[in-house]
Amino acid sequence: MTLVTLPRWLLLGVVLLLALVPLGASTFYLQLGAKIMIMAIFALSLDLLIGHTGLVSFGHSAYFGVAAYTLALITPKYEAANFWFTLPAAIVAAAFAALIIGFLVVRTAGVYFIMVTLAFAQMLYAIFHDTSLGGGSDGIYINIRPELTVAGFKPLDLESPAQFYYLSLILLIAVYWILNKVLHAPFGRALAGIRVNEQRMRSIGFPVFSYKLGSFTLAGAVAGLAGYLAACQFGFVNPEILAWHQSGTVLMMVILGGMGRLHGAVIGAAAYVVLQELFSSSALFGAYAKHWQLSMGGLIVIIVLALPHGIGGLIEVAWRRRGYRRVGIAENGDG
Amino acid sequence: MAEPILHVRNLTKHFGGVTAVDHVSLEIVPGELHAVIGPNGAGKSTLINLLSGELRASSGQILFQGCEIRSLVPEKRSRLGIGRSFQRTNIFPSFTILENCRLAVQSRHPRPLVWWRDARTYESVMVKAQQVLAAVELSQRAGDLAFALSHGEQRQLEIAMCLATEPQLFLLDEPLAGMGTEESLRMIELIKKLSATHAILLVEHDMDAVFQLAQVLTVMVDGRLLASGTPEQIRADRAVQAAYLGEAENRT
Repeated sequence: MTLVTLPRWLLLGVVLLLALVPLGASTFYLQLGAKIMIMAIFALSLDLLIGHTGLVSFGHSAYFGVAAYTLALITPKYEAANFWFTLPAAIVAAAFAALIIGFLVVRTAGVYFIMVTLAFAQMLYAIFHDTSLGGGSDGIYINIRPELTVAGFKPLDLESPAQFYYLSLILLIAVYWILNKVLHAPFGRALAGIRVNEQRMRSIGFPVFSYKLGSFTLAGAVAGLAGYLAACQFGFVNPEILAWHQSGTVLMMVILGGMGRLHGAVIGAAAYVVLQELFSSSALFGAYAKHWQLSMGGLIVIIVLALPHGIGGLIEVAWRRRGYRRVGIAENGDG
Repeated sequence: MAEPILHVRNLTKHFGGVTAVDHVSLEIVPGELHAVIGPNGAGKSTLINLLSGELRASSGQILFQGCEIRSLVPEKRSRLGIGRSFQRTNIFPSFTILENCRLAVQSRHPRPLVWWRDARTYESVMVKAQQVLAAVELSQRAGDLAFALSHGEQRQLEIAMCLATEPQLFLLDEPLAGMGTEESLRMIELIKKLSATHAILLVEHDMDAVFQLAQVLTVMVDGRLLASGTPEQIRADRAVQAAYLGEAENRT
């Protein structure tokens, strides 16, 4: 199930459609759209680990949260922070956290890996929840969003929902494009090898530990980008963003969309956010809306049973043969 | 006589109270095919796993080209020049046959930081991958998925992947196991070809093949080295006949 790609014209068409959305959408839908794209970046980062390296992390919110807190902590109280400084700072902080934690967890495998990634994320949660470092359980407000200026101009105003939507879209496209390159490059091919047969990779001479750590760190950095954007959008961070619920949510997005396919992560994020909106809408479900997690859970069970390759897998059917031939790799139902 | 490429001294492996490999010593010189035979449970596969690094020895020495490698991980030993095949076929089943080989070649030209360049655009890597496929006569199937190959062909692919890493020493763990007659003959020819240019340690149950291929034979029983010598010496060895070869020899 490695590297199934959708045809370029389809991707371009989707991008074009997304770019046209702000022309007709209300603020509510623009914010929902931006949220979907931010979560899509987050899901893409997790899928790099789960779907492409074979590492099931259950603590991926840690890096999302570290970046969000980084922005909150370095933003001055009454003025805007500099986008060009805070964005790299948040990403580097998340990547650094992933590098350190990865160094300790990547040597474990299977269920132990799941448990130790969770444990480290919960430790970070406890640090932010129980100390005054990040405002304790109340969190911190980001009163003014970072300012993005280029040579004195302000090409994008992050306070404007439409322009924040465009920023999220541009960054989602950039992440998708870069990850697609990475997965086709020698590094990505080696990750695929590790996912399929780690023992073989060792015996032909790949330093598997370093590759896994590289993947873990890159995934942490990309999750950090998502966390930074989320903190920008909500203007608020609290410990919940690095709690295990958040790790579970992004894991469900990846599974929903279909693991091991970039478009799957994006589709999964969109499906999850939209379904959550629907199921928690009291206009549609009345009093039952507050139990949205029940409806959501039920639907996810059905989707997982009916579509082993997620919603993304369903969309590929038409291009399946061609896609496989092009990348020289195919599916044998190995998960 | 040439300097040995592999020098094993008193190699020992305990699994709890069981001693699977018990003070085994042997030498392999370049260009030599050294076969290790013995009944099931004699410790032959454990020996290979100790040499390739899948298992860590309890005591003893493994000198490869004069360097002690006993504590090295498998990937380091591979990069030093030890290639291996596994008793149970070990490939990337969901990749194409060419991709299996390309990945093996890539291990010698890793470029992990060149993230923007497609792995299949490295001309020299692709050429080398094609070469090793040709060497095992699988070029025709390059675009097929590896799991679609027959058992024998999968083992040939494994040899190709090994070749791609340009080892000086091959460790072959029962390469003929589970093969039909025709597949066996093809594999024997392939091993012959390899042995002209490489040192090989071969573990195999097929006695006809072993006596046909090996210049040196080592017989293991219960983890210990029973005898070592040329095929003629081993055939004549009374202890070996008693322990192992007797029945097979009487049949022929």
